Formats: sequence, C-alpha cells, structure tokens
Amino acid sequence: MASDLGDLYQEVILDHNRQPRNFGDLPGANRRAEGFNPLCGDRVTVSLTLEGDVLKDIRFQGSGCAISKASASMMTETMKGRTRAQAERLFQEFHRLLTEDSGAPDAAGLGKLVVFSGVREFPIRVKCATLAWHTLRAALDSAHGIASTE
Amino acid sequence: MTRPGDLLAAAPVRKAPAAFDVERVRADFPILRQTVFGKPLVYLDSAATAQKPRAVIDTLTRFYEADNANIHRGLHQLSERSTAAYEETRAKVRRFLNATEDREIVFVRGTTEAINLAASSYARPHVGRDDEVLITTMEHHSNIVPWQMLCEEKGARLRVAPINDDGELLLDEFEALLGPRTRIVSVAHVSNALGTVNPIRRIVEMAHRRNIPVLVDGAQAAPHLKIDVRDLDCDFYTLSGHKLFGPTGIGVLYGKAALLEAMPPYQGGGDMIASVTFEKTIYNRLPHKFEAGTPHIAGVIGLGAAIDYLESIDPEGRAAHEQALLEHATRRLAELPRLRIVGRAKEKTGVLSFVIEGIHPHDIGTILDREGIAIRAGHHCAQPLMDRFGVPATARASFALYNTREEVGALESGIRKVLGVFR
Repeated sequence: MASDLGDLYQEVILDHNRQPRNFGDLPGANRRAEGFNPLCGDRVTVSLTLEGDVLKDIRFQGSGCAISKASASMMTETMKGRTRAQAERLFQEFHRLLTEDSGAPDAAGLGKLVVFSGVREFPIRVKCATLAWHTLRAALDSAHGIASTE
Repeated sequence: MTRPGDLLAAAPVRKAPAAFDVERVRADFPILRQTVFGKPLVYLDSAATAQKPRAVIDTLTRFYEADNANIHRGLHQLSERSTAAYEETRAKVRRFLNATEDREIVFVRGTTEAINLAASSYARPHVGRDDEVLITTMEHHSNIVPWQMLCEEKGARLRVAPINDDGELLLDEFEALLGPRTRIVSVAHVSNALGTVNPIRRIVEMAHRRNIPVLVDGAQAAPHLKIDVRDLDCDFYTLSGHKLFGPTGIGVLYGKAALLEAMPPYQGGGDMIASVTFEKTIYNRLPHKFEAGTPHIAGVIGLGAAIDYLESIDPEGRAAHEQALLEHATRRLAELPRLRIVGRAKEKTGVLSFVIEGIHPHDIGTILDREGIAIRAGHHCAQPLMDRFGVPATARASFALYNTREEVGALESGIRKVLGVFR
C-alpha cells in the first residue's frame, strides 16, 4: 500500500471501522444531534447524557466511510467522562491535527486520535473525519440540533 | 476507378468516418495523456463530465482569438461571424437530434436549466391543484426537485413510477400511474446512477394515448446513443454539453415548436424581446424568446465542435466498442468477492455502479484515486434511488468512447487493492 494510503487507513482505524465502539442508540440521552455531509449523503446521530457539565455517556449511529465511522467511534471513547470545556478543546485540537501542516498536535491531549493525522494528505476526506465532531458540538449546543459539514 | 463528375457528385457528401480505433480517439483527448500519483490516468467518471477533444479546445481558443463579439446585435464583421457560428450550431444540434426546425432548439446552461425552463414555462400554466406530475424512481435530483417545487407551489402531486431490482422501469405500473390528472411525464433516457436505458418510445406512446406530454432527460443518453426526437416523438428533450465532450455551462432544450410557441418566456431581458416600451413588451420569436441576455456564445460554438467531432467517428464501431467495454467490465467486476453490481438492466449504457460489502464507496474512491483511477463515489444526485436499493451510496465507474479494456483491467486490480486494505 502506498505510504500515504497506509497513513490514512491505519490498523486502528480499520479496526474501529469494523467494530465501532459505542455504536447504537443511547436510551435516556438528554442531548442528541444529527449531522450530515451534503457532499456524500453520510449521516450520523450523536446521543449523549450530559450530567451537569460532564459527558456521562455518549453513543453514535449512522452510516459512513471508514474514516467517518472510526473517527466517530474513537471520539466517543475519548469524550466519555469529559467536561464540555475539555470537549471543546479536543474539538479544536482535532481540527488542527487534520488541517494544519505545521500545527504540532498536542499528542498527549489527543491520545490515539493522532492516527487521523494521515487525513491531512486527503483534504477531501477532512469532512468525513470531522462529521461526528461537528455533530457532537451541535448536540452540546442544543437539545435537538442538526450539524452539517458545510 | 474515378470517372469525371464523380468528385463533383461526391463533394457535398460527408466523408464516411474511418473504422473505430480507440487509440486514435485517445490521441484526440490531451487530458488523458497524464499520470496521477505516478500512474497513468484512468478516467472513469465521464458520466459526471466527459473530457474534451482537442477540436473543442481549439475551437474555443480560436473563437476568443479571432471571432469574439456579441451576437444578434452588432453590425460589424466580428458580430456577424459570431452570430453565424452560433446559429450554425443551432442547425447542427437540430440535425444531431433530428428535430424538425432550428427554432425548436433552445440553448440553456445545461439539463438542469432545461428542465427548470420546461417546468416553469410549460408546466406551471398547465398544472393546478390536485394535478399530477409523473417521474420515475431513477431520476437525477435535477429531474425531481423542479417538479417538486412546482407541485408544492400548485398543490399538485408528484407521482413516482417504481423500478425492479435490476433497475428497470416497471412499465405496467408506470402506465397505471398515468391518470386523468397527469399533466406531464418527465423521465431519464438513461439513468446516471444505473446506466439503465429506458424504453422512451413506449413511454411516449402510453402518455400520448392520454394526451400527456413527455420530457426526456437526455443528459446521459446523448454521449452514447443515437438520438432521434422525431422517432421518440417526445415533446421535450434535454442535454448537457459538458457530458457530450463539449464545454460546461451549455446545454439544450428541444421542444416541439407548437409547445414552445404557446409557452411564456422563462426569463426576461435582452435578446428575448421584439420591442419594449414601459407599457408593453412584445416577445421575440422562437427560439430567442427563451434566450434572454447574452448567452454562452463560446460554449455554444464549442458544443458545435463537439458534435462535429462525434460525427467524425464511426457510430457503429463506437457503439460496439462502448457496449463491449461495459460488458467486459461487468463480467470482470462480477467475479470479485464481496462486490455487488447495482443496476443490471438488460438495456444499459455507459455506467457500472457497484458496492462492496463492508467497504464504503468513499474509501473505494480514495484508494482508486491513488492508483490514478477516477471514479465517482456517492449518491450521484439520486438519493431516492439509493434508498430504493438500500444503500447510502455506490461507487460508479462510467465509460466513454475513449476508455479501453486495459483501463478496465486497472480498475479490477485497483478494486483488488481495496479488498486487500479492508480485509
């Protein structure tokens, strides 16, 4: 596999694509948002239980490419137990990781999410990787939000 | 043996095209001679937009270098040349579609605008509350949304004729949906997402028996099939220049003269008027009534060059090549594990849509791209059709006259690579 393809489809991404974590509906969720990418028609729903300021639980549903599914799956793992402020900081860092060449990512903060740095070489796929993240933001902002990558 | 008079007699007759030779055709398309990520470009996205032959590119350059002027208004030499070239193209399109009169050919931006024009100028005065517009499941969004907008405005209903699992229109059900309230039928000649060729003549017969006019979206048909609007007897036919190896931003609405005559203008402005006072405007005659403003003159002339180019190629040889290529690709891909072809109509042209179990079409598209292979991955502006097949998207390889068996081979090995990544 060409090396940039190898960077994009790393084993951990393929694994989350095959077996997404925190996949499905979240009964008792008090925040929910739907996100879609008009370019490709991908849809994702992010549901969460927000207790005070803390993302107690989070799940996602939907269909999408390996990048969007793995990103959603790993996002839910990372977000569980975080505060809203932490979630927002992670969102910003993740976005920088995908879009800024020089932006040395705060690897410590993002943890294993750094596997998505390979997406940088595929600008058209950045939207795939951020769809669930935009949707989480919409869910945090309102009880029933719609997020779009546009 | 040449006898005196033979040459003279033969002079007005178009030279018979040489036998089809794909390598010679490829040499006419400069863009195909390039590598992408170090691999020879394999362009399998002609259903999205076709590549342009040198003849079209040169015509555009020559027009802007030598003839550019506004049309239908200048007294000067350049304007006369531009106008002549523009109107000659109208005659060329008329011949290409076998329409009766030049004035039945209206230049628009593309199929989308052509359908919007027909929906607005023809259908709006004819569709009322509880009336119906009939389309099919396999339509492109551009043949859904304009009708939906009209139906919403009028309190009318959009009816949708179903298809079978192979992607073929169910003709009996289509006919059953033609009712006393049906005001227009609008249907694709060839489906952009499946490649299905619809039986337009039978559709038109069924509709005309009930005095219902038919619009045919020919965007995907014109690059592959011989179009004869008189034989089809359709009332409107649309095409997009850029899918026909011509420039973007130019297309055609064909309409029967009697229908176009009776229709109000689509847009107001210059060129579409005979005289204007602040009290009253007299509209220009056909087809200028529908061509408000300065049109895409270069685009029209480029489209003319594309038609000339196509007509210089042996039509039977070309059709046989394209059909053999599609059959070959279908056979090769059908043998791949986990792969399912979406759209297996008996009558197909140009398009091979597929899905692979457990692999999203976008991932297929990205990996193929790194192999230099350009395909489309997504819903192909036909979301209701994707829903019909229960898939969010498909990968689509589409073929044109310049594609080869070697390129099908590259596609096949590219897909094997995809299968290797997503084991």
